Amino acid sequence: MSEKQKKATAYWRENLKYLTILLLIWFLVSYGAGILFKDALDSIRIGGFKLGFWFAQQGAIYVFVILIFVYVRLMNKLDKKYGYNED
Amino acid sequence: MSDVQIWTYALVALSFGLYIGIAIWSRAGSTKEFYVAGGGVSPLANGMATAADWMSAASFISMAGIISFAGYDGAVYLMGWTGGYVLLALLLAPYLRKFGKFTVPDFIGERYYSKTARVVAVICALIVSFTYVAGQMRGVGIVFSRYLEVDINTGVVIGMVIVLFYAVLGGMKGITYTQVAQYCVLIFAFMVPAIFISIQMTGNPVPQLGFGDTLSDGSGTYLLDKLDGLSEELGFAAYTDGSKSTVDVFAITLALMVGTAGLPHVIVRFFTVKRVRDARKSAGLALLFIAILYTTAPAVAVFARTNLIETVSGKEYDQMPEWFSRWEKTGLIAHEDKNGDGKIQYVASPEVNELTVDRDIMVLANPEIADLPAWVIGLIAAGGLAAALSTAAGLLLVISSSVSHDLIKNVLKPDLSEKAELWAARLSAAVAVVVAGYFGINPPGFVAAVVALAFGLAAASFFPAIILGIFYKKMNSKGAVSGMIVGLCLMLFYMLKFKFGIFDGGQEAVAGLQENWWFGVSPEGFGSIAMIVNFVVAIIVNTFTADPPEEVQEIVENIRVPSGAGEAIEH
Repeated sequence: MSEKQKKATAYWRENLKYLTILLLIWFLVSYGAGILFKDALDSIRIGGFKLGFWFAQQGAIYVFVILIFVYVRLMNKLDKKYGYNED
Repeated sequence: MSDVQIWTYALVALSFGLYIGIAIWSRAGSTKEFYVAGGGVSPLANGMATAADWMSAASFISMAGIISFAGYDGAVYLMGWTGGYVLLALLLAPYLRKFGKFTVPDFIGERYYSKTARVVAVICALIVSFTYVAGQMRGVGIVFSRYLEVDINTGVVIGMVIVLFYAVLGGMKGITYTQVAQYCVLIFAFMVPAIFISIQMTGNPVPQLGFGDTLSDGSGTYLLDKLDGLSEELGFAAYTDGSKSTVDVFAITLALMVGTAGLPHVIVRFFTVKRVRDARKSAGLALLFIAILYTTAPAVAVFARTNLIETVSGKEYDQMPEWFSRWEKTGLIAHEDKNGDGKIQYVASPEVNELTVDRDIMVLANPEIADLPAWVIGLIAAGGLAAALSTAAGLLLVISSSVSHDLIKNVLKPDLSEKAELWAARLSAAVAVVVAGYFGINPPGFVAAVVALAFGLAAASFFPAIILGIFYKKMNSKGAVSGMIVGLCLMLFYMLKFKFGIFDGGQEAVAGLQENWWFGVSPEGFGSIAMIVNFVVAIIVNTFTADPPEEVQEIVENIRVPSGAGEAIEH
């Protein structure tokens, strides 16, 4: 395997690692907190919100936005580390 | 004319003037400008355009109303239509941008080195986009007829002329910059009434916090507790609990998320930015802009539901405020005094209930129910039109590029000159507008039902083929094509069987079929099952057939690294 290919493979591995972690969080806040564990979380209250209901109608969406921006940051750093940045 | 009408006319005319001005300023001169706006759109502009492209008449007019009647179950739309952007940003947008072509069938056709794959992708794109666009044109007509008191059909024609003007003239370039303006109009129109009502009901100016706050009447009761109480008193399920099964909520959410990530008119927006990193960033910005509306909608739903119950339930019919009779005329709200006591009984039990309410009224009439100033009411029409027109334009572009680029240029007549292709693109956009307008004026009964199912179709067809194309280097043509065909057909079959009942005696049989649903999943959620079947079929067929050629595997390695994305390539 050439040097160039090795670099590309290492970059791809790190990318996949990030994807796995971020998508795990994506799954936990929406399908986990908002659907599967909704009833259990509803016994906890924050102000007028039951927690499970809040995750399903508010919290999950906030986390989605944060996840994408975290990914943007991580990947911009990774691009620099491997010299794939385009600026 | 009333104050409200003067404001409505003024705001609609002003916003239309703006769109036409932008269209003239941003005419497309080449196929590249027509298909991908020249590939030089900034992430911020693309984020706004994607948000407007994505948020349709359904998001603006219907969603808050659906949630206010569904309570917790409304979360399937809230999470489903936002969570898909995480998949888009992480799994699709950067790689498709690096691939650097014009359309989704472009990617499928080249990655799977096959004209059959391209044609299958074109057919999927056309089915998904046409079902969706007909609903938008209808939405334009409805907004016109309710606010400006013109005939629905005249409304559809006015909408057609406007879209025709900037989509045919400007292509993607014109559409992008009008969508930026349309986003600003629609978000302003949605937020202003929501903030007013939030202050009125809870004293909190942030609707997202307001609906979890205490009531401003000084009682110290939380708004949601009060609504739960009211709902149960009238025999409905508590607002913060739902009535759908957990399995079905899970399946519908998944189908909507994956469907969102697979919709061609959304994906194609990421071909318009300059670099791979811009594609990632604009996906984040798009979701941020969408989230502003999507986190406000559930608050509006709670405000509107509480207001409605308090205003009408158990009250004298003669004492109803002015908006009640105004909307009674449109047929969106109706009262039938079954027990003859002159009061309005609004309860869950169908025998006793005397009030029928169309869910769209929750957004359309909300400012009037809350007694807001005339200019705020006028805003709603401009916002609803912006939402419907921006989505319609994005879909029309997908239809026209599928025909002119993928069918004519790449399959039927490869020697077409660029100039001729540009004219073919304009002509197919024009034809598509007319067809969409026809369906807007004569809506086939199935349109409303099918719009929701367009997501299932996108999930069942495109999503697996694109994901496997990027993340599984050895995925071959036969596997991907069989996956797409099986997924699409299975989804269509399930839809026809359980949504339209065509194998069991038609629409009347549908309700009785509910207990036969596979795994307890409704047709709306079945896209997630069909998607899994698509993946499984594709991988099995792939195992027994030859690996893709070396050069295709090299393309895959190449799209996985960002540098040298270059501009969208002509070919």
